[in-house]
This record gives sequence, structure tokens and C-alpha cells, in this order.
Amino acid sequence: MSLLSIEGVWKSFHGHSVLRGIDLEVRPHEVVSLIGASGSGKSTLLRCVNLLETVDDGTIRLDGDDITDPRVRVDDVRKRLGIVFQAFNLFPHMTVLDNITLAPRRVHGVSKAQAEEQARDLLDRFGLAGKAGAYPDSLSGGQQQRVAVIRALATQPRLILLDEVTSALDPQLVLEVLGIIRELKESGMTMILTTHEMGFCRDISDTVCFLDGGVLLEKGPPEQIFREPEHERTRAFLRSVLEAGRL
Amino acid sequence: MSEWVKSERQVEREQIRRTRARRSASVATLSTVVFIVLLVWVVTNSPGWPRVEETFFDGEQFLKALPDVLDGFLLNIKIFLFAEPLILIVGLLVALARGITTPAFFPIRALATLYTDVFRGVPTILVIYLIGFGLPALRLQGIPSDLATLGVIALTLSYGAYVAEVFRSGIESIHPSQVAAARSLGLSHGRTMWFVVLPQATRRVVPPLLNDFVSLQKDTALVATIGPLEALRQAQIHAASTFNYTPYLVAALLFILLTIPMARFTDHLAERTRRRRGA
Ligand SMILES: Nc1ncnc2c1ncn2[C@@H]1O[C@H](COP(=O)(O)OP(=O)(O)OP(=O)(O)O)[C@@H](O)[C@H]1O
Ligand SMILES: [Mg+2]
Repeated sequence: MSLLSIEGVWKSFHGHSVLRGIDLEVRPHEVVSLIGASGSGKSTLLRCVNLLETVDDGTIRLDGDDITDPRVRVDDVRKRLGIVFQAFNLFPHMTVLDNITLAPRRVHGVSKAQAEEQARDLLDRFGLAGKAGAYPDSLSGGQQQRVAVIRALATQPRLILLDEVTSALDPQLVLEVLGIIRELKESGMTMILTTHEMGFCRDISDTVCFLDGGVLLEKGPPEQIFREPEHERTRAFLRSVLEAGRL
Repeated sequence: MSEWVKSERQVEREQIRRTRARRSASVATLSTVVFIVLLVWVVTNSPGWPRVEETFFDGEQFLKALPDVLDGFLLNIKIFLFAEPLILIVGLLVALARGITTPAFFPIRALATLYTDVFRGVPTILVIYLIGFGLPALRLQGIPSDLATLGVIALTLSYGAYVAEVFRSGIESIHPSQVAAARSLGLSHGRTMWFVVLPQATRRVVPPLLNDFVSLQKDTALVATIGPLEALRQAQIHAASTFNYTPYLVAALLFILLTIPMARFTDHLAERTRRRRGA
């Protein structure tokens, strides 16, 4: 069974359709990338899955449960999802450790000692062992983004959504963050990510989806999408990215 | 690794900086002295000075009034110490109530809005009159009749409205992405407020809050209008019996002594916040 299934999702802002009937299935342990021009609706789709936006039409199911049902409790859905934003959005008044343990303790009822132990294990694993007591503004961008990923992981979500997690970073910091996403994939985490890093996208994805003006135009394994895309629009997009020197 | 030895150029630079610092310190001292001498000269040479000196700067009256005014001043401090925490609580609760969007709580939100609108509009001294004379007139059971307590209630109502607005602006200054991050971790609206928004908001509003408290300290004197024997009232009593205004000077000095440290502390905190954010 699919872990996540998106069926005919529509979303518009002020009469302007941003998503136009998106269908997408995500299997357990699958890594799905969303690519497409700026404004094509990638972030909006992730925000709909996270219920930060309400869909206008269509259904999203998580483990078979319809999470777009108005009676559903959004906090219960979000407990099962993790999301990482482009701008990290760490809580500046909390240490790294408190950022990570906040949700396990206050939402999932894990004891302080246990939450901190798990947090320290994760920090160790992602090369941030010495930073537990640091405040976010004393960390580099790459370190902050790794903490944001760990914070999303700490609640042991079924699925992690990553929205352009590297685009606010310098090139050498990008590698740090991509490294930990790779490690997540190896550990079997299911992920949907949006990215402009085409090389990385080709490397890590099981499935690549090309969004064009709110339509999921083309979908397939990376070899197919990058080597022999079916649609002219996909080819044009990849060409423009190539010219921008990103491939 | 080799040790750092100061280069000649650096030694020279530090020398220049020291000389400059000394020079600007002496310029500052000199100009302050000149300014004060000039001010004193102008005031003491004004035609009305002898009369003013007699009525406001009478040393004997000063010492005579001091014990009573000081005694009254302790009541001002007491009023302040009771009112301040109450104001913080009222202000915070009202600010939170104004942010509630749940339809069931609409009346609470409307009430909170009405409260801030009304009490920010009415002058504090009027609130003190209305509470001081109006509440006891109701003759309800449990309503305090002690004048200082009524003063505390009036000040709390008046300042609570201002402080609520300060808190609200602090809450609104927190970027929505912070709320999105907290909500997406599964935190409820209440927990997001408590753990993420309020801690950041309160830090930002500390300087303006302290500012309000400086003015609360002196506004405790407004309570004199309903009669409790605080500093201003004591000064009035003394002045009325001797036709000498020096007791008012005593009261003014006491208020200054109380507010100056608070004002400097506020500046210091504001400066620190600015440096932090700049870093
Ligand atoms: N809250 C909103 N209110 C109004 N319009 C919005 C809102 N969120 C997104 N949009 C609009 O929806 C369209 C799609 O935005 P979205 O952020 O999903 O694009 P994207 O594919 O993520 O682009 P990028 O690659 O630049 O991140 C854009 O035209 C954007 O202006
Ligand atoms: Mg986006």
C-alpha cells in the first residue's frame, strides 16, 4: 500500500490556480523529488500535505487515512510528518537540544531524559555532537539546517518533507546537508523533496516529478526524466537548468 | 605557531587612540562644567530667584517634611509593588485573549478589545476617581474600601490596557514562519504560544515594559487624589500648613531617586538587545 497518496488535488490563491489536479503515490522508503520552474507549485504541494494549506479539492491519504477530511485533527496528522523549510526556522531562544526535544516532550509525551538521549544520538550521528548546548545563531547555515533536519526526525515521522533545504546555503555547506539526506535515504526514510540541485536529485531520487504550472506533467525514474523526457516542456526546463550551470 | 608581536605601526596606532580618548574626555568635562555654571548663574540671577529660593529651597522645611513624606513614599512603593505584577498578568491575559480565533471564545475576544479601547482612552486620573469613589458606593460585599487598594485596582485597570498592547505588538512581531515551524511539529496553538511565541515576544517587549513601569512609579502619586497618605498627599498637608512648597521638592526628589535607576536599567537592556541583534 502507498504510504502517501495524493488524488486530484487542486489549490488556488485568490482565483489563481497553483495546483491543478495533482496525482501522486509515494511508497514506503521511496524518495520522490519535485522539480519545476519557480512558481510551479512545488512548495504549495508540500504545504498541502502538511496541512499548512487546505486543499480546494481532491484527497490526500496518509497510511490510508484521509487527512483532508475536515473532521481530522491537524495536530494528529502533523505528529506523523516532518517538514524542513528552506529558511531552517529554528527557534532562536532555545538551545539545539531544546529545539530537538520540544516536540518529542510536549507533543509525544516522551520523558525529558529519554528525549535528550535520543537527541544526542541523532546529533552524534550527524556530526553535531558538540553543539547540543549551542544557540542557533552561533551555528553556520549548514549546521542550522542539519539541526532542522534532526528536529524533524526526532518525532520519528512516517514521512519527511524537505523544501529546498539547500538553496539558502553556500556551496560547501550544501554538501554537508546533502550528505545527511543521503544517509536518511539509506536508513529507509520516506521523503518528498523539492530541489534545484539536479545532480543531487538524479543521484538520490527513486522517482522524479516534473511540475509545470501546477500540473504534474511527467513522472518517472531519474534516468528516464533526465535522459529521455517525453515532454517538450520538461526538455526545455532541463535545458534551461543546464544552461544555468546547475546540472 | 609563532607568537604575535605588536608591530610598530600598531603601537603607534594605540598611542594615537589613547591621546585622542584623553582629549575627548577633557573636552567633555570642561563643557559640562561650563554648562552647569552658566545654568546656575542664569537661574540665581533671575529677578524672582530670592522668592523661589525661600518657598522651594527652605532647608529647615525640607528636614521637617522629610520624615512624613518619606513615610508616605513607602506607600507609593507598596502600591507600585502590588500593581506591577497584577498589571503584567492582566496585560498578558488580555493580549492572549485578543489573539484567540476560536469562534466559541468570540465574546472573550470582544470583551478584551473593548477593555483596551476604553481604558486606553480614559485618563488614568479619571479611572482613579471612578474606581476610588464609584466602587465603594456600590456597597457590594467583598469590595475593598481601603483607599490604597482601590488605587492599586485603578492603576492595574489603566496600565493593564497599555501593557496588553505592548504584549500584543511583541506577539505580532514574531515571524509567522516560527509559528509554522512549531505547528508543523504537531504543537497545538496553545503550546506554540507558550513555548515558541511568548518567550521570544516577552524578550522583545522588556524595554518598552520597563518604560511603562517607570511612568507607573510616578503615577502612583495620582492615587493622592482619592486620599491615602502617600508622598504627594503628605507633601500637600505640610505645604498647606506652612505655605512653603519645599515639601513638594522633597517628594519630587524621592520619585527621581526611585525612577532614575529604573530608567538607566531600561537603557542598558535596550542597548544590550540592540547589540545582540546586531551581532
Ligand atoms: N499563501 C499564498 N498566497 C498567495 N499566493 C501564493 C501563496 N503561496 C504560494 N502562492 C503562489 O503560488 C504559486 C506557487 O508557489 P510555490 O511556492 O508553490 O512555487 P514553487 O514551485 O515552490 O516555487 P520556488 O521554486 O520559487 O520555490 C506562486 O505563484 C506563488 O506566488
Ligand atoms: Mg518553493
